[in-house]
Amino acid sequence: MKFLNYIIFIIFSLNINHSLAQNDDIKSEITKNLRCLICQGQSVHDSDSEFANSLKLLVDKKLNEGFNEKQIYNYLTEKYGEWILYDPEFNENTYFLWILPILMFLIGGAIILRVFIIKKS
Amino acid sequence: MKTKILPFIFISLFFFVFLIFYKGLKNPNIYTPNLKIEKNIPIFKAQIFQKEKLISSEEIFKQDKFYLFNIWASWCIPCREEHIFLTQLSKQEKINIVGLNYKDKDENAKKFLSELGNPYDIILSDKNGILAIEWGAYGVPESFLVYDNKIVKKIIGPINEKSFLEFINLLK
Amino acid sequence: MASLIGYYSLIIGLFCSLLTIFYSIKNFNDNNVIKKEVLLFTFLQFFFVIISFLGLIVSFIISDFSNETVFNHSHTTKPLFYKISGTWGNHEGSLLLWLLVLTLFIFLFLLKSNNQPKKYRILTLAFQQIIITGFFIFLIKTSSPFNYIFPIPSEGLGLNPILQDPALAIHPPILYLGYVGSSIIFSSALAATASGYISKDWAKHIKGWVLISWFFLTLGILLGSIWAYYELGWGGFWFWDPVENVSLMPWLALTTLLHCILALEKRSILTSWAIILSIATFTLSMCGTFLVRSGILNSVHTFANDPERGLFILIFLFSLIFLSLFIFFYFHKNENKNFKFFLLSKETSILVNNWFMMYFLSVILVGTIYPIFLEVISSKKISVGPPFYTKLIIPFLIPFLFAMAIGPKLKWIKSDVQNKINLIIFLVISFLISFLILKNLNDNFLLNSILLTSAFYLFFITTKDFMIKKVQNFSQNLAHFGFSLLILSILLNNIFSTEVITNLKIGETFKSKNLSINFQSMDQKDEQNFKSLIGKFKINSSKDETIILKPELRIYNQPNIITSEADIKISLLKDRFITMNSVKNQNYFNIRYQVKPFMIWIWISVLLISFGGIISFFKKIYEN
Repeated sequence: MKFLNYIIFIIFSLNINHSLAQNDDIKSEITKNLRCLICQGQSVHDSDSEFANSLKLLVDKKLNEGFNEKQIYNYLTEKYGEWILYDPEFNENTYFLWILPILMFLIGGAIILRVFIIKKS
Repeated sequence: MKTKILPFIFISLFFFVFLIFYKGLKNPNIYTPNLKIEKNIPIFKAQIFQKEKLISSEEIFKQDKFYLFNIWASWCIPCREEHIFLTQLSKQEKINIVGLNYKDKDENAKKFLSELGNPYDIILSDKNGILAIEWGAYGVPESFLVYDNKIVKKIIGPINEKSFLEFINLLK
Repeated sequence: MASLIGYYSLIIGLFCSLLTIFYSIKNFNDNNVIKKEVLLFTFLQFFFVIISFLGLIVSFIISDFSNETVFNHSHTTKPLFYKISGTWGNHEGSLLLWLLVLTLFIFLFLLKSNNQPKKYRILTLAFQQIIITGFFIFLIKTSSPFNYIFPIPSEGLGLNPILQDPALAIHPPILYLGYVGSSIIFSSALAATASGYISKDWAKHIKGWVLISWFFLTLGILLGSIWAYYELGWGGFWFWDPVENVSLMPWLALTTLLHCILALEKRSILTSWAIILSIATFTLSMCGTFLVRSGILNSVHTFANDPERGLFILIFLFSLIFLSLFIFFYFHKNENKNFKFFLLSKETSILVNNWFMMYFLSVILVGTIYPIFLEVISSKKISVGPPFYTKLIIPFLIPFLFAMAIGPKLKWIKSDVQNKINLIIFLVISFLISFLILKNLNDNFLLNSILLTSAFYLFFITTKDFMIKKVQNFSQNLAHFGFSLLILSILLNNIFSTEVITNLKIGETFKSKNLSINFQSMDQKDEQNFKSLIGKFKINSSKDETIILKPELRIYNQPNIITSEADIKISLLKDRFITMNSVKNQNYFNIRYQVKPFMIWIWISVLLISFGGIISFFKKIYEN
């Protein structure tokens, strides 16, 4: 019972803690998805390099101009190529990337059902 | 039959993966965004170096003339190395050199130019680095050869002898 | 001098390994006892590798810059502890560490396997020796840690200061005990296949080795994540960076293998899986080594990139794979007649575990190497980052967590679900709690609530199982409980973390609705090998006590870089995390303040998982 009380306490403190979404959140979302091109494996959001800082300002500027997330990504991939995006788009380059694991899951499941499970006859 | 297919699949997969990795080793790892099609230069307004005035890209880049858009900074060491080539190029009539001073302090930039010479027909200021990104650059130095408002060639890193000679050829 | 001893020790070690092969071939058809010579030379090869390793350590300690590796990676002003850990913090030294673990494990294996069939033991030795000899040659020919340079420089090039850290110092040895330790499982599986020894007895024997390797691998990954969290400054602990993925993949294979071994031991099933996973674990370890050191991938932690070395590892690795595939297909006969299972049975739940784990493994494998394939085939370069992995893994965690809750309760062969009422009650409770926690959120509410429900479900089920007096499966329950705690903490941390990024001059204050950050002052301090700027920040928050945080900027002299050290206030409920960065040409600083709930539970839960493994190991020893 005491355990349950403790859990309820945590739930309430979490609820109070949580802040509502703002424009900053969209900017964070976008910059977390952009690769810092001069760093060795860091997102623009996490990096403090010159390039990352400039890019953060640019994202701000474009958001204020009314661009949405997809438009900003298009704008940047036009300049830098798809390499700058961490979330690979689903296009002809990446069909196999997205489909292969799912395919393997389905095939695995099919094999298990067919080969290993006793059917109720 | 079924048991014969499995090893066959494995073996062919094996060789395929090996080949890919082998070829992958040979590839250089520096990323240069490919400019397969001649891209248009961005349309922008920028601040003129050491002045309050703004100038637009249309006023800078005219037709029928070559321009070298060079991104530089006083704190950038390779920029010093390429400066000789810039000075040489500035003597050519057919090409104008447009400089973009990137994330720099005005006094330091001025000192840099008085020390090494000023090859630029006009210098723009990019204090926050956004203009450089509009051009698709990500560091210093980078240079773009422009003709008819299109980017003809892009150099990442300092201009060396090879690129310099290429430019001279293109100008003819 | 030390380097000289180290070098010749290595050469002698190579000879010992060749002699070991020679004597084991001679001993192969003999009677049932392993000849003394075999044991002797196995020991000697280990002994000389130790000497060589010590020789390298001494060279680092005395800053012997005539040694090229020491010159490249050390400096006279480095503190002693980091001079020592610098030994394995570079490519050549870490390979020597590989050799150390390889030779140690085979020696221990021979010592501890006296009651196993002789043919199996000799074959294990033979396969391990192939790996060991390959590494000896690789080391001596392409990556010797004992290259001599002349004229002798007076000072070294210094180690990256980011690597001068206690957690990172012990991370490689611990990780390698896991990574490289799986070599024994690899060799043993091949040996057992070739000698027809895949059976309950083999499973019983190899289980101890699997547990040890798994324990250290789990700890090694944990250490790496903890280091990334407090050192790299962005408040994250996992970035799906290629090097991270490359350590996670063997872990997944090894965990799956652990479950398969249990099934093999109890019911003699899933023999093919056990062999394949044994091969896969070590193969993935070596593959990881290849990917990270050859320059073919681009990541935060790449060692010095060298395609020539990459080529060697590639050829070596693929020869090993080819050999193991050959042995598997040629020798393994699946004679198991009773390999069909009832739907509700422990066998099926282990199969389901296999199914999901292999899926997770394939996601990470495809994500990591796909860019390489794409670039070679079509010259296009793409990035595969965190969004890819989370999108493909998170939805599948839901059924996986439910299966983890139900699976262990099922009996072998045929089972029914007992206490259905209890299970349903727990489900409802889990859902209600998740709903209450998440009700104010807008995005991803459905996914998050179901995920949270399934995590809570596993949590409650395993907690309840602790209360039942069945000590028999305590270690398994502990590990599963730890896993539920891990998912819970990661999820809640992810959803409820907050971050403030702002620019402040000394004396300025940032104010928002519930928070104020006051940049009070800045101190300067001079340390042994760096100059330090310490900022003092007073954090006033409406929900927590006021605290002072002191992030640091370190200016190193050798090499010439600036690092930012975060200050973290840790508590059971949350971590408060601040970093300070200088901004070029400006007199203000960029400040990042984050509140991260339940951070410490992430580390604790992984510790619990690993404890589950080590307790099982000691139980096994005790039973013998």
